[in-house]
Amino acid sequence: MKPVAFDYYRPQTLSEALELLADKGDEAVILAGGMTLGPMLNLRIVRPRAVIDISRIEALQTISVTGSVVVTGAGLTQSEALSSEIIAREVPLLAMALPWVGHFQTRNRGTLGGSVAHADPSAEIPLALVACGGTVVLQSRWGQRRIGARQFFVGALVTQRRPDEMIMALEWPRSAPDAGHAFSEIAQRHGDFAIAAAACTVRLAKPDRVEQLVVGIGGVEDRPVAIDVSSFLGQAPGEMAAKLSEYAAASVSPMDDRSASAAYRTALTKVLVERAVNSALSIARLQRGRLQ
Amino acid sequence: MLLCDFLRHELHAFAVHVGCEHGVCGACTILIEGRAVRSCTQYAAQADGADIVTAEGLAPPGTLNEVQRAFMKHHALQCGFCTPGILCSVAHFLRQTPEPDERRVREMLSGHICRCTGYTSIVTAILEAAAMMRKGS
Amino acid sequence: MPDGIETISKRWIGAAVGRKEDEALLTGQARFIDDLYPIPGLCFAAILRSPHAHVRIRRIDVERAHQLPGVRQVITGKDVLELIGPLPSVVKAPLPYYPIAIDKARYVGEPIAVVVADTRYNAEDACELIDTEYEVLPPVTDLRSATERDAPVIHEAVGSNVISRRSFSYGNPEGAFAAADRVFEFSYSLPRYASTPIETFGVIAQFERAPDRYTVWSNFQGPFVVQPLMANALRVPGHRLRLITPPSSGGSFGIKQAVLSYIVLLAAVSRKAGVPIKWIEDRAEHLTAASASSDRLGTVAAAFTKDGELTGLRFRNTANMGAYVRPPEPASLYRMHAASNGCYRVKNISIDNELVVTNSTPVGLNRGYGGPQFYFALERIMEIAARGLDIDPAELRRRNFVPTGAFPYKAPAGAVFDAGDYEAALSELLRIAGYEELKERRAAARRAGRAFGIGLAAGVEPSGSNMAYVSLEQTPQERRRADRKSGANASAVVAVDPSGQVTVRLCSCPNGQGHATVAAQIVADTLGLHPDDIHVVTEMDTLTSPWSIASGNYSNRFAAIVVEAVAKCAEQVAQKIRLLAAAALDATADEIELHEGYARVRGQSNRGLPFRKAASRAHWDPAGLPDAIGPGLHECAIISPPVLDPPDDEDRIASAVTFGFVIDLAAVEIDRNTGAIRIDKYASVHDVGTQLNPKIVEGQVHGGFAHGLGAALFEELAYDDQGNFLTGTFADYLCPTAVEVPQIEIGHVETPSPANALGAKGMGDGSSMLTPAAITNAVADALGRDDISLPLNLQRVWAFANGHDATTKSRPAISSIRPAGRAVGEMLTGSGKITLFAPVQEVWRRLLDPSELAASIPGCSSLTQDEIDRYSARVTIGIGAIRGTYHAQIELRDKNEGSSLRLLGKAIGPLGFGSGSGLVTLQPETGDRTRLEYSYEAEVGGKLAAVGQRMLGSVMRYLIGQFFRSLERRMRPAARLDWRSWWLRFRRHGSGGEA
Repeated sequence: MKPVAFDYYRPQTLSEALELLADKGDEAVILAGGMTLGPMLNLRIVRPRAVIDISRIEALQTISVTGSVVVTGAGLTQSEALSSEIIAREVPLLAMALPWVGHFQTRNRGTLGGSVAHADPSAEIPLALVACGGTVVLQSRWGQRRIGARQFFVGALVTQRRPDEMIMALEWPRSAPDAGHAFSEIAQRHGDFAIAAAACTVRLAKPDRVEQLVVGIGGVEDRPVAIDVSSFLGQAPGEMAAKLSEYAAASVSPMDDRSASAAYRTALTKVLVERAVNSALSIARLQRGRLQ
Repeated sequence: MLLCDFLRHELHAFAVHVGCEHGVCGACTILIEGRAVRSCTQYAAQADGADIVTAEGLAPPGTLNEVQRAFMKHHALQCGFCTPGILCSVAHFLRQTPEPDERRVREMLSGHICRCTGYTSIVTAILEAAAMMRKGS
Repeated sequence: MPDGIETISKRWIGAAVGRKEDEALLTGQARFIDDLYPIPGLCFAAILRSPHAHVRIRRIDVERAHQLPGVRQVITGKDVLELIGPLPSVVKAPLPYYPIAIDKARYVGEPIAVVVADTRYNAEDACELIDTEYEVLPPVTDLRSATERDAPVIHEAVGSNVISRRSFSYGNPEGAFAAADRVFEFSYSLPRYASTPIETFGVIAQFERAPDRYTVWSNFQGPFVVQPLMANALRVPGHRLRLITPPSSGGSFGIKQAVLSYIVLLAAVSRKAGVPIKWIEDRAEHLTAASASSDRLGTVAAAFTKDGELTGLRFRNTANMGAYVRPPEPASLYRMHAASNGCYRVKNISIDNELVVTNSTPVGLNRGYGGPQFYFALERIMEIAARGLDIDPAELRRRNFVPTGAFPYKAPAGAVFDAGDYEAALSELLRIAGYEELKERRAAARRAGRAFGIGLAAGVEPSGSNMAYVSLEQTPQERRRADRKSGANASAVVAVDPSGQVTVRLCSCPNGQGHATVAAQIVADTLGLHPDDIHVVTEMDTLTSPWSIASGNYSNRFAAIVVEAVAKCAEQVAQKIRLLAAAALDATADEIELHEGYARVRGQSNRGLPFRKAASRAHWDPAGLPDAIGPGLHECAIISPPVLDPPDDEDRIASAVTFGFVIDLAAVEIDRNTGAIRIDKYASVHDVGTQLNPKIVEGQVHGGFAHGLGAALFEELAYDDQGNFLTGTFADYLCPTAVEVPQIEIGHVETPSPANALGAKGMGDGSSMLTPAAITNAVADALGRDDISLPLNLQRVWAFANGHDATTKSRPAISSIRPAGRAVGEMLTGSGKITLFAPVQEVWRRLLDPSELAASIPGCSSLTQDEIDRYSARVTIGIGAIRGTYHAQIELRDKNEGSSLRLLGKAIGPLGFGSGSGLVTLQPETGDRTRLEYSYEAEVGGKLAAVGQRMLGSVMRYLIGQFFRSLERRMRPAARLDWRSWWLRFRRHGSGGEA
């Protein structure tokens, strides 16, 4: 199980990397942590002419708060993100999703950008990005594109990234101080890709009025999706979790395969949305109480 | 060349064991810049200039560290093939989490597959080693 | 002194002595097969394997591979045929098993060619340059369809996929069933799974011309009964196949027995290539093609009196051998045979065995070998009967146990149970599990509407196999014609060198079980030394070790038999030391005791000499020794347990030396909403006789449980109904991790075995045999249904809990002999519809236009028309970074002018192959538009199937969608919409997945 022979490039700067990418196009793959690409290379499922290792480009490993968003460099490792106070404070949903990503050892190397670029339908970081309403910043030698996460993911392993572009950063809207967030997931074993996962963010304007609501679902469709929950806005949160879970289960078009039937994925959608919404609501109530 | 192949067959660091070559089993785990990572999903060229520790280097020659002693005491290894990788993970983990509870130890261990022990003795050994290290420091 | 020894025990046996093995393993000093470079000039091998389940090999062209720099040789089955014959088997049906495909390949992963190169990297590159041409034959993948009358035949010379049938009857089973008050029957299927040691197979093979000899280093585990078979296959006498095992082996659990076929293959390849070769199996090869437990179909029936006495058992077993019978198969079906009564005193038993071949990897030894399959039948039916009889399952078992005073107990099929107290073990289990409290909690949970269940499983653990048991596959007449077989030799060497240092040499091939430690304990006790003073060598070398056919590490034989050889050999040395000391101390040998490193006259602590001084006299002063003492100190003991006779004419056999006892209890709660099983309690009580080293015993119990748990919950080596292998990585084949394995309660009952001087029974299989049954019993109890099958993963349990039939998805009950186009089972299917901005006639014309086809097929770089409606194309498909160029053939069929047509496609490339067909229908819509609807079914094989199951459905849907989307875009009027909105439109309408 050894990779095909390839040319290895390790640019030190972003512009070097973009030059290489422009030059090599779809004959090149970008290597960051290698937690997904590494196995695919070893299995010879990915057979590139060139591998561009961006793991030493320091500009890609930053976290910053810029206005209303937190910007994470694509090369930031999952464990760095997990131990970041900025992320814990400003993007709690991502902080809640990260412990579900792989294992201690893979998070030490795996990156946020790598997970988003790979676009596994079950992956937690893409789901968190979609649920947050985040943005993917793509850069090529010719310029920059910013694409909303909800448009970025096209299908299983398919995104809007063009071969000459690389993900430079992810933008995560900062959480409102009174928002409640929750992330729930079912996987066969600890650290496995989710069979289904749900993310929820909720804010209450008054104790009985839902001001903001987001429900994201991963692993069920061929990419993470945000459910259209506009009809629940302005309502009382009382029975919301149960209703919302039914609604979400009816909204998804689940995949149907060996690892999980469509019926099972639908059933899990219901369970997980209910769990996530209840949990997010109780946090939102606490936050409201705390802030008043 | 895979980093694990380079360490094993060029540098003869045979403590680096290769169990799956796709980043799942954890046998090839080493410390790069102090962090526990798989060496089968990296290439030797990537590690150029990096500080690498394998299980050979976890304790001075002829001695065992606290974790190794606890593994011996609690029979936390049988065939021992997965053990060097686990020891590297534990070294990083206990530095980061000096007071772990059983749940956290098991979560950390879930990045390794051991088919001999059923894990229980490994968990016991790690918890005890953590306690001893806290006492010692 | 090792850690963990609180007090110096006078007797090391029975103490939790720290292991001799550990220090080397903990510091990375232990040497495994891939760490060895025993000879200079090693080349490295990679194996090209069949991507198909069943093919005739038309052509193998190695030219391009051979020309790759660094490549020494490329060797096919035909090339080595002059050097090897088939591996002999006890099954006489004509299905020769070669270690490499000769004219047909019969399972995914069967070796096709071996590349020898200067690095493994180059060898793998060269494998991809071998051009092969296969005639793909219809496969047979599951046991039910394999036995159907019109099933494709895997071995033409046999004429059927059923290669053997044997029926057995003990006592009067017909009478018992006729007279029964109640009869319970249960049919089941069990998946194949494997213990997957973390170290894979490894072979270093060298052929020397003078002396004309093969030398092979391999992490083979035995049994060495296959050494003569390997030599036979290599057409050399035994001594010309020198087999050496490395100092350490990274787990085996039976699996590394199967490396034998690679030993033969690489030995022959080394000879052919003229260089020594190292081959280390990779994980994908291991999961695909190493070995596995035998999957089974079975029916078990039990006859009971109304008060719960088990009076008769009837087993019908259909065992999957895989594509070939690899020795020692079909032993998996016969290992438990002599103990078919389990731990019960039932006398009347009938057994019908059927051996079947399918297009899957040959099966072999796997922890518990035959035990998990047998106990799944017996212990499920006991639980089902308990419910039917309204008797507590624990009580029902107690009523039927072999009674405590009845040992040694002769079982109906010939096993002799050496010692036991099953009732005491049951009582201990119920105590440590808190059975009464668990039952109360179950009642409370059920009142609250929760699914809580309790399950038990009990069984004997045969250890130290009689080498003759496999011959039960033959009739008594056939056995009479063959050479007589019996027994189970074990050997040990204990030597004391001139400096008085003790070395023990074992032929037990440990893979982590601590044999060196336990052997040192035994010898230390006998010689009055400390275990640290005893050096133990576990590497085997068939040219220098005192081995025999039973040598090796299997059937828990170390504690059942090998320890007896060690003890006996140590005693021989002790007696000699006593004689030497007696001569020096002017005493008689009877007066000398060996203690704390001294040989002393008993009761006179000042009359003695150090052990090493006494020993050295045998070396330094042979002329001065009394006549009774031979020179030197190098003793060898070879023993064979006396009970292991050949099978008798009634097919009874004492199949093993010791029969330990294991009884387990599982309590589970199931979340009906998710299918998650929470293990509330797991308790296990073992009777292993004398515990030689309690720490090692406990380690084996935990490990056996973890293997059983994996089999119960996650593990399945899965094939689809076309024989494609689906679980080629550790992300697809799921082993339990530390988070999934719960803490368990362990208890012990000790009834010492009379079978050896130490009172020990073999152990190690343990709960791996019973956990699948115990957990299934608990889940069945929780859900109130018995038709559940393994593995009990989330989606299956959810389906069982919600009244769905979950059995068909992974092991289809429907026939898999499927003419092309009759789609059922596990195809990737989907459908969609789009609206095209063109009238029907125009759409029809474009669909039939090759240039349009070429433009619409994603990534099509060339398309040539072969004949009318048949095209060949080169297509580059890229999904994310996964990019490959495929040779595709496309055909248009069933053309119904302006209304419908069928598109058939086939593609093959480096990542695998696929085929599919799609029906396209057209309907006019207003405004000169056309509504196009399509439905497709497709299947994918090769590497992508083995590693990409989770994504294949989505990816297929995306690719097919791309084709129609592209067609749509090309017919669109000038107004160009953002393609994304078309994608969204497609998504809204598309749906699909696996049917």
